[in-house]
Amino acid sequence: MSCLRSAICMMIMAFTMVGMIVSPALSENPVLLMATTTSTDNTGLLDYLAPHFTKQTKINLKWTAVGTGKALELARRCDVDVLLVHAPDAEKKFIQNGYGVNRREIMYNDFIIIGPGSDPAGIRGKSTIDALRGIAAKKNDFISRGDQSGTDEKEKLLWKESGLGIPDKEAWYVQTGQGMLTTINIAAERGGYTFTDRGTYIKYEASNGGSPLLKILVEGDKSLLNQYSVIAVSKENCKNAKYDLAMKFSDWMAGKETQTLIQNFKIFGKPLFTPNAK
Amino acid sequence: MEYIIAGFFQAIQLIISGDNQTWSAVSASIRVTTYSMMASLLIGIPSGFILGYFNFPGKRKLRLAVDTLLALPTVFIGLVVYAFLTRKGPLGEFGLLFTLSGIAIGQTILALPVVIALCATAVEAMDRNLRITLISLGANRRQLFITSLWEVRFGIIAAALNAYGRVMTEVGISMMVGGNIKWHTRTITTAIALETGKGMFATGIALGLILLLISFIVNVSLSLLRKKN
Repeated sequence: MSCLRSAICMMIMAFTMVGMIVSPALSENPVLLMATTTSTDNTGLLDYLAPHFTKQTKINLKWTAVGTGKALELARRCDVDVLLVHAPDAEKKFIQNGYGVNRREIMYNDFIIIGPGSDPAGIRGKSTIDALRGIAAKKNDFISRGDQSGTDEKEKLLWKESGLGIPDKEAWYVQTGQGMLTTINIAAERGGYTFTDRGTYIKYEASNGGSPLLKILVEGDKSLLNQYSVIAVSKENCKNAKYDLAMKFSDWMAGKETQTLIQNFKIFGKPLFTPNAK
Repeated sequence: MEYIIAGFFQAIQLIISGDNQTWSAVSASIRVTTYSMMASLLIGIPSGFILGYFNFPGKRKLRLAVDTLLALPTVFIGLVVYAFLTRKGPLGEFGLLFTLSGIAIGQTILALPVVIALCATAVEAMDRNLRITLISLGANRRQLFITSLWEVRFGIIAAALNAYGRVMTEVGISMMVGGNIKWHTRTITTAIALETGKGMFATGIALGLILLLISFIVNVSLSLLRKKN
């Protein structure tokens, strides 16, 4: 019966050997786990900042990119040590509940409304509120994240401010439940409008060789500011949270050098974020 | 359409150039599927054998339960495993969330019913006379077990390949439990999901082709094993 044993051994070995071909050398550095939004990850900002951070602080930064809603939930359940998110209202509630501490504003960009160049609802150059009313009146496809991310929260707030309420049940209001770039791509496929942060839009523009189907139609409104902040997970709520590392990250993000790095982060020659740490 | 052609060339280029990100994802996928396959075969083959070989009360119900679990959706497994592994969950203290081991736990749950059900089917289909012959030849229980297992070896290999196909291609568990963390828990499938989300379709296609290539290699190695025996 040694045949059988060798056959089973070979099978297990086959799986194991393939598994051992490549296992990246794990460094000894302490690891900081962050939950962040899709926009900081999709744009490549974190890929650009992380090596600098590790080099200067000898801390390895690992991050999972999810919507702000899920990021806050991960932090509440103590699964991450630090947050980089952009939903000021939800963040404040989060801190009031004692889940997070030391919210620090790091940078901002702005939200824009984009849509097909032909602009069937005629919203180009209008104010945000008028633009939303225009889209609703024409019943033009509007693609929403629908995932409780920072962008989604902001968009819903604007619908409320427009006096129309969230058009949740309308056939033209499409909720993707996915990341920003995916949502933009869906909007492009359907010839609809969508609400996005400028950083992700520039990324989309770049990946379409600078001539995207969707153009910026509404921008520059004061209400469209998009603030990103770092929040450390509270040690009170989570005994295991690496608070010291989280604060090092927070200090580092707000530091002069990093702020310059953020300023210099460009795609297609366009800056994506404006640093504003105090 | 041009994505597929571009993806094909990009796949070749990614393999030849030894692109770090691709290799990291390939390595993560292979390692995590190795863990989960070993665990599910170790538990699944004996369980499947028992389920197929012996008659005991409640056998049919158990069989029905295992067959039902074949349809477990991966996102659901991901969610349940997440609920257990989160810091505030029952197994939170082990810090398994966002690790390959965490993903492997979920994938083992995914693969187990496949291994058990297919092994049981193979054993059930086995020639019943074998048992009688073996006993009349004076075989003891252990010899009986091993000889029977040997008789159904191809069925077991088929079960292993099926399970391997499921764990290698799943994305729900890896995404929810692993968190798609670059250099750590980003597997080929979560990388495809990410690249597609970013609109980098060609890279996604390239990664898909690499995944197929790995499956091909595994299948070829196992079929060689079959021939040799």
